[in-house]
Amino acid sequence: MSKLIFEESVKGRKAVSFPKPSQAESAYATIQLPKALAATHPIELPEVSELDVIRHYTRLSCKNFSIDTHFYPLGSCTMKYNPRICEKTAALDGFAGLHPLLPQLRRGEALTQGALELVWDTQRLLCELTGMSGFTLQPMAGAHGELTGLLLIAAYHKDKGNTRTKVLIPDSAHGTNPASAAIAGYEVISVPTDAHGDMDLEAFKTLLTPDIAAVMMTCPSTLGLFERNILAIAELAHANDTLLYYDGANMNAMMGYARPGDLGFDVVHLNVHKTLSTPHGGGGPGAGPVGVKESLLPFLPTSVVEKDALGKYWLRYDKPKSIGYIAPFYGNFAVLIRAYTYLIHLGGNGLKEATEYAVLNANYIRAKLKPYFTEAYDRICMHECVLTAERQMKKGVRALDIAKALIDEGFHPPTIYFPMIVHEAMMFEPTETESKETLDRFIEAMIRIAKEAEANPDSFAEKPLTTEISRVDETKAAKAMVLKA
Amino acid sequence: MSFTPHTLEDRDEMLATLGVSSLKELFADIPQSAHLAKLDMPDGISEQEVYDRLHALSHKNAHELTCFIGGGFYDHSIPSAVDTLSSRGEFFTAYTPYQPEVAQGTLQAIFEFQSMICRLTGMDVANASMYDGGTALVEAALMAIRSTNRPRIIVAGGLNPIYRRMLDTYTRNLHIEMEELPFDEGAVDRVKLASLLTDQTAAVIIQNPNFFGTIEDFSDISAMAHANGALMIASVYPIAMGLIKSPAEMGCDIVVGEGQSLGLPLSFGGPYLGFFAVQKAHVRKMPGRIVGETTDRHGNRCYVLTLQAREQHIRREKAASNICSNEALCALRATIYLSLLGKQGLTELARTCMTKAEYAKAQFAQIKGVRIKNSAPTFNEFMLELPCNASDLVAELIPLGLIAGFPLGRYYPELQNCLLVAITEKRTQAEIDAFVSAVKGLLK
Repeated sequence: MSKLIFEESVKGRKAVSFPKPSQAESAYATIQLPKALAATHPIELPEVSELDVIRHYTRLSCKNFSIDTHFYPLGSCTMKYNPRICEKTAALDGFAGLHPLLPQLRRGEALTQGALELVWDTQRLLCELTGMSGFTLQPMAGAHGELTGLLLIAAYHKDKGNTRTKVLIPDSAHGTNPASAAIAGYEVISVPTDAHGDMDLEAFKTLLTPDIAAVMMTCPSTLGLFERNILAIAELAHANDTLLYYDGANMNAMMGYARPGDLGFDVVHLNVHKTLSTPHGGGGPGAGPVGVKESLLPFLPTSVVEKDALGKYWLRYDKPKSIGYIAPFYGNFAVLIRAYTYLIHLGGNGLKEATEYAVLNANYIRAKLKPYFTEAYDRICMHECVLTAERQMKKGVRALDIAKALIDEGFHPPTIYFPMIVHEAMMFEPTETESKETLDRFIEAMIRIAKEAEANPDSFAEKPLTTEISRVDETKAAKAMVLKA
Repeated sequence: MSFTPHTLEDRDEMLATLGVSSLKELFADIPQSAHLAKLDMPDGISEQEVYDRLHALSHKNAHELTCFIGGGFYDHSIPSAVDTLSSRGEFFTAYTPYQPEVAQGTLQAIFEFQSMICRLTGMDVANASMYDGGTALVEAALMAIRSTNRPRIIVAGGLNPIYRRMLDTYTRNLHIEMEELPFDEGAVDRVKLASLLTDQTAAVIIQNPNFFGTIEDFSDISAMAHANGALMIASVYPIAMGLIKSPAEMGCDIVVGEGQSLGLPLSFGGPYLGFFAVQKAHVRKMPGRIVGETTDRHGNRCYVLTLQAREQHIRREKAASNICSNEALCALRATIYLSLLGKQGLTELARTCMTKAEYAKAQFAQIKGVRIKNSAPTFNEFMLELPCNASDLVAELIPLGLIAGFPLGRYYPELQNCLLVAITEKRTQAEIDAFVSAVKGLLK
């Protein structure tokens, strides 16, 4: 157990020094705020040395599992290796030191041509990757991209005079889909999944009424399966002037093989922190660029980067049909630098190869573990596979127990209890950057766990045993509500 | 190059395990008609070539100019230890801390972040962070609507004009009415505010210091809002908290802000850091991740994501927000930054910024035809009223190597002659003096 940084504080201790006012400037230090405006006490920040800070956060970092330290097959999260060149390019002074308001000065775009070119070129590459006509890089996360996409869809229908109040979402969808639809002002209707893991087409036809604005789909679905009815779904939706939304969480399964735009999707968001390998950062920052087909281009958020006939890049603010500002500027720019670096580093051939090996690795795990764990659906999977703990449940060992046992084996657990329609779900996404040796060690560990569940199910309650802390009391946390020091 | 470690032997052995003969067979579920022949993209290039391309792009940007632009985003100094620690792979290549036993590093850092935001703002509870200051403000407005079941929001005219536009985008489809108080570089118009406040008002939104740099005691506005059953929301500049009375002491229910100034580079607009803090009564309506303290089976103190019943992965369309992530790595940087700054450091830094800004104000005030337009105290940013168009002046000074500030005419047509100037501890007296004499020279 480690101290909080506040508990390391010693009165009067200081770390770094900042520039001080010059002598001439100091003459103005006597100007004080009136009492009504002035702080009543100093802020109780820790009083520590720089070395204290270095040691404290270095120690904390060592308590994490991360891609750099462990195999991290967290389903739906695409925990692939984060290339270091992307960190280096994002930190270049010419990017990191750039104020976002510069292009808003008169002829200010001339001051930021490199940054604008990077945005423009990233947009272009993402259009090609997904088969869309235009992109905005502004959304700052996947869920933010979803909300942006739905606002675009709302603007499209409003412009056409359509009255649409509902959005169809498969029951296997990630929770952000219905939450985003609700915040965009839509009622959510859930579509069931059929016995083979595809969308229930008959149910879909019944639910596709004239008030449906959009269908939000993840493809491959959150079950790790390619949606085999997709072309039929797209045709039915479009005949109803219902737009098809693509949640890009699983785009790592499709690069170079198929494009959402060619499958009939009208709006796409990508998670660059998944597919394009920008670091997850312990929960962000990510980026969730949104792409659209031609018919939705007029509604893209303000501003849009364009290139003129002379090859100069500029920002278009004058867009009368735009949904407006969804972010203050041009998105999580330093995250986008990393995505762009990754895109041009891998190139078209590398992206396709990444997808191929991501799918191979997932199927390898599936094939090897099939004899020991129940498969949610007995089909070739895409970049992730969903197994269940149903067999182990008969002995009282749950997916959660298996997850904790994996920690003791030195692996990060899979995603568990998602998708919600699969009982005791465990979702494994190995990604393309893991070697066969790592996968084999992981598979052996899973098999050992399956055997332990048969032979000694009671041993699981104590796991994990190898970490500094054991299982945590979540109920106590919610009840006690100790949310700060 | 795709960072895949597989040898051809690995590949063939794995394919044999699956009983298929080619990688392509694994994609059989994709309809044939939709199969892509080839991505129309160049093939991959080496790391060196990638670096050269990006390096060349970065050199097409004028980052080396001396920058007096703020507008909510400031060129503060970043201690080296912030970069060193946040570059540790154990932090930046981890995911959201769903498995607490193997994520105590991230969880404790977020707990410390929440604690520091509470201390900075004086509020009871802070979340694990939002995308940025703008989306944090939007979420605060939506939270007030949910909490009060009322449809109207009153916005002070001193709110960042970009955030003001963001509020419009996100509320347009939700039957929410935005009411705006007239723009004023000084105090909020209390009479007008009183006339707008009704039993339909969910919240009053204010920014402090406001977009024009003016600091205000809005305690009486909070009282007016509360008397009408509305919530008080403030967007604040964290460095200014070293000198200004806390928003909690001014009666705020929800405090948000942009955390970029806490150790994050400007990076052309992101990633930044939204912070979000509330009084305890509102915690269950708050959006975003929250980390709480608890114990493990052996009674050891530890940290875990908590109060998740508000969130989308459980509540789906009934969730408090659609947000799924936070800006964890940016929050970590802010936490490290504030630790390095420390109790005395924050006050000193805030004092330095204000002192330097007062020096600059005094120098500008001596130029004939130039006036400091703020009618009340400012922190580190102020409005210059010029005898000429501010955009013209900025354009004239760029060749001299300085970005003079932000011309307000872009968002306020009536302020064509006004320039918003920000001073941080990084601006030396020599730079300020050069700026002042350049303006003097131009206006001769």
